Amino acid sequence: MAQTNSVGSNGVADESPNMIVYRKMEDVIARMQDEKNGIPIRTVKSFLSKIPSVFSGSDIVQWMIKNLNIEDQVEALHLGTLMAAHGYFFPISDHVLTLKDDGTFYRFQTPYFWPSNCWEPENTDYAVYLCKRTMQNKARLELADYEAESLARLQRAFARKWEFIFMQAEAQAKVDKKRDKIERKILDSQERAFWDVHRPVPGCVNTTEVDIKKSSRMKNPQKTRKSVYGPQNDVRTHSPTHTPAPEAKPATEEQLQDQINYWGGQLDRHRLKMSKVAESLLAYTEQYVEYDPFITSTDPSNPWISDDTAVWELEASKEPGQQRVKRWAFGINEVLKDQVGREQFLKFLESEFSSENLRFWLAVQEVKKRPIREVPTRVQEIWQEFLASGAPSAINVDSKSYDKTTQNVKDPGRYAFEDAQDHIFKLMKSDSYSRFIRSSAYQELLQAKKKYGGIQDRRTSFEKFTRNVVRGHGFFWLTNGPVQIKRIHCFITLSFPPSPPLDTGMVAFHDHLFQGLVNMYCASPFLPF
Amino acid sequence: MCDQTFLAITFGPCDSCSENRPLMNLYIKTEPINYCSLCMEIMACQGLASGETLKSLKAESETLRKKLEEERKKLHDVELEKVAEKAEALGELNMKTRRTLKGHGNKVLCMDWCKDKRRIVSSSQDGKVIVWDAFTTNKEHAVTMPTTWVMACAYAPSGCAIACGGLDNKCSVYPLSLDKDENLAAKKKSVAMHTNYLSGCTFTNSDMQILTSSGDGTSALWDVESGQLLQSFHGHSADVLTLDLAPSETGNTFVSGGSDKKANVWDLRSGQNVQSFDTHDSDINCVKYYPSGDAFASASDDSTCRLFDLRADREVSIYSKDSIMFGAASVDFSLSGRLLFAGYNDYTINVWDVLKGTRVAILFGHENRVSSLRVSPDGTAFCSGSWDNTLRIWA
Repeated sequence: MAQTNSVGSNGVADESPNMIVYRKMEDVIARMQDEKNGIPIRTVKSFLSKIPSVFSGSDIVQWMIKNLNIEDQVEALHLGTLMAAHGYFFPISDHVLTLKDDGTFYRFQTPYFWPSNCWEPENTDYAVYLCKRTMQNKARLELADYEAESLARLQRAFARKWEFIFMQAEAQAKVDKKRDKIERKILDSQERAFWDVHRPVPGCVNTTEVDIKKSSRMKNPQKTRKSVYGPQNDVRTHSPTHTPAPEAKPATEEQLQDQINYWGGQLDRHRLKMSKVAESLLAYTEQYVEYDPFITSTDPSNPWISDDTAVWELEASKEPGQQRVKRWAFGINEVLKDQVGREQFLKFLESEFSSENLRFWLAVQEVKKRPIREVPTRVQEIWQEFLASGAPSAINVDSKSYDKTTQNVKDPGRYAFEDAQDHIFKLMKSDSYSRFIRSSAYQELLQAKKKYGGIQDRRTSFEKFTRNVVRGHGFFWLTNGPVQIKRIHCFITLSFPPSPPLDTGMVAFHDHLFQGLVNMYCASPFLPF
Repeated sequence: MCDQTFLAITFGPCDSCSENRPLMNLYIKTEPINYCSLCMEIMACQGLASGETLKSLKAESETLRKKLEEERKKLHDVELEKVAEKAEALGELNMKTRRTLKGHGNKVLCMDWCKDKRRIVSSSQDGKVIVWDAFTTNKEHAVTMPTTWVMACAYAPSGCAIACGGLDNKCSVYPLSLDKDENLAAKKKSVAMHTNYLSGCTFTNSDMQILTSSGDGTSALWDVESGQLLQSFHGHSADVLTLDLAPSETGNTFVSGGSDKKANVWDLRSGQNVQSFDTHDSDINCVKYYPSGDAFASASDDSTCRLFDLRADREVSIYSKDSIMFGAASVDFSLSGRLLFAGYNDYTINVWDVLKGTRVAILFGHENRVSSLRVSPDGTAFCSGSWDNTLRIWA
């Protein structure tokens, strides 16, 4: 498709992914700084001096809950911490950029240092900065341990140009001294916060890291590598995220023609009404909600929660549980998806001597999964078995598909039988599958009335019963589970006829069994009877 | 009349009709063109004509697109959320981290579940690919790729092999041996070759075929044994970032999402783009089919997740909040399709009610971006991989 030159809803042109986030955060910051509805910024009188232009952490949290549709404090703290980690506001007396819901003081970052300016500060800049800090003999500006380490490392790395770096740092310090005291406090803290974002405290997340897939498209408004301490004639008072991107390449004639053909084809598509679609989505989730472990708790328990893998062992066993069998009736895909379902379906069809359709379908699916090298021989085999004249498992396809398939087989590819397979699938869906679901074989599985299946099922429900009972009395059945079940199973078959009615059998026993269980698990592991 | 009279400085063979005539010397984009006046006229007319054609084609394309939008709108008689009002409300969801898998030395970029519902393969920025038994949190295999940023990994349906790739532009398949001491890297098989990074890969229902997506704007289907390209899919105008196979037994389609903000549905057999959706405002980082295969969800850098229905041929729901500002990196559905789990670049996982469109839970725990998220094959848990070097299993 040719690239359409799309423009965002508010007129802003295409932006790289990071810019979108920056813009959103900056919108919030702008609202926070609003004179009427924003966070009240004040100057606090402290011990000997004034702390200019600050607001408290709880101010931020309160504002966010009120203005950003956030329900709880935890979420507000999380979002606030992220904004701090990106450097939009910062705690004035901590290198670690998090938001705390208390009286800690915070200050806004100047737009010059906003991440949307696509800063990629060099290590030389960092070296100048750290050097400058050491020149200012104020206790509160002392280097932290990690900063001292970084400085030492940089001194070694830039040993040759250290003089130059030192000179720059000196010049900076001189300029700073001339500034107004209050202004200096603010600028110092903002500069420090900038470096906290780009050279974070070890152990803190570096929010300037980019996903390599997007990094090639980062739009850098500064064409040349800009030094942090470069000429100051470029003071930005607002972020450049709203600058338009360059025009996309104009589409060629061929691309446009392709697009026209595509749209034309799409117009012919048959669409469903939204109401129908919504009903269908609702019906699907309703049907499957009992199978969804996140909504309906599983039985036996979810292995990840209880550390018991019983549910997986049950699924791996060849005997399908009632819930699993019930699912096969949802649609033919469910039967085909489940290995045991496929086997049962095949068995049923074989009993009716009409299994060739399913076997053909399965064989064709298999061919599509084989390496390309094996495909020609397999296609021939399938042709001989199912479609050639006098084939042992002849299937019935309509003449059109038959002709097409005959053609395809001459130059066999993975999709040689596509038409035939479609036809057979439709047949199976409407005929064989519905017969299977109505069949007594399936119904028996569902009711678990079959000979072997009955005892299994009684075992399962018995299992459930005893688990509940035993658990209720404080025994830790679960950890010894499987072994004990086998014992009980043997116990049942020894003493009782193969298929007694389910309920009476259970009721007659449970007193004895319960006592037996108590003996089993408290004393030695031998059958009490 | 006036354009027939000109000062002819040169006389010679015309570049176009090769006849000896007085020539007009013209420079088009710094290229000298020496045509006689007749050929010059013809060229000018053709230029006008092609300009006209381009303009009329553009106009035709626009009209068709508008018509398509109208047709789609006509059938939009009700909102999904309205119909979903009659659906039962979800109970309290109590999801917690049940396992934490530690062992990667750098950002976890991708992960995939094995069909046995407990094993996981994960890949990371430092080039390591690890196979875990997530239930016991043991590492079972580890491979070091010769490249960093391994952005895609997949488990084979048989559980006997894994595929991975990234900045090396290739997808390699490693058979997993039971012998722990055997060097997995020795048996490596290079399958796919792209001209840019590999963003996603998945086995197509068998160990013998792999579907890949790449930063070069294409997706491709490969035969594992021979490395042969079986089908390629062109249509995205920028990097393809994600893909997902339709869950149906009879289905032959997959959906892909890209940096061009489009989600395209493709036919595996013909290579054709059968449907396209472009309502997102930024890159689509992840696409996943709804369990029935009739719809799919997408996660995008515009901080929204959206549900697109293939039968209605439009976007039917959007999952977003003002307080969610960071891009969504990965999504997956719960087994019934009622819940949508989405991992975001703000380190959280949001759980959405697919039908009602509301957020039902927010999960904290990761200390950096959540890069990938998948629900286990039986739906009992989901795993999230993050840039904080860990994976977490939630249930």
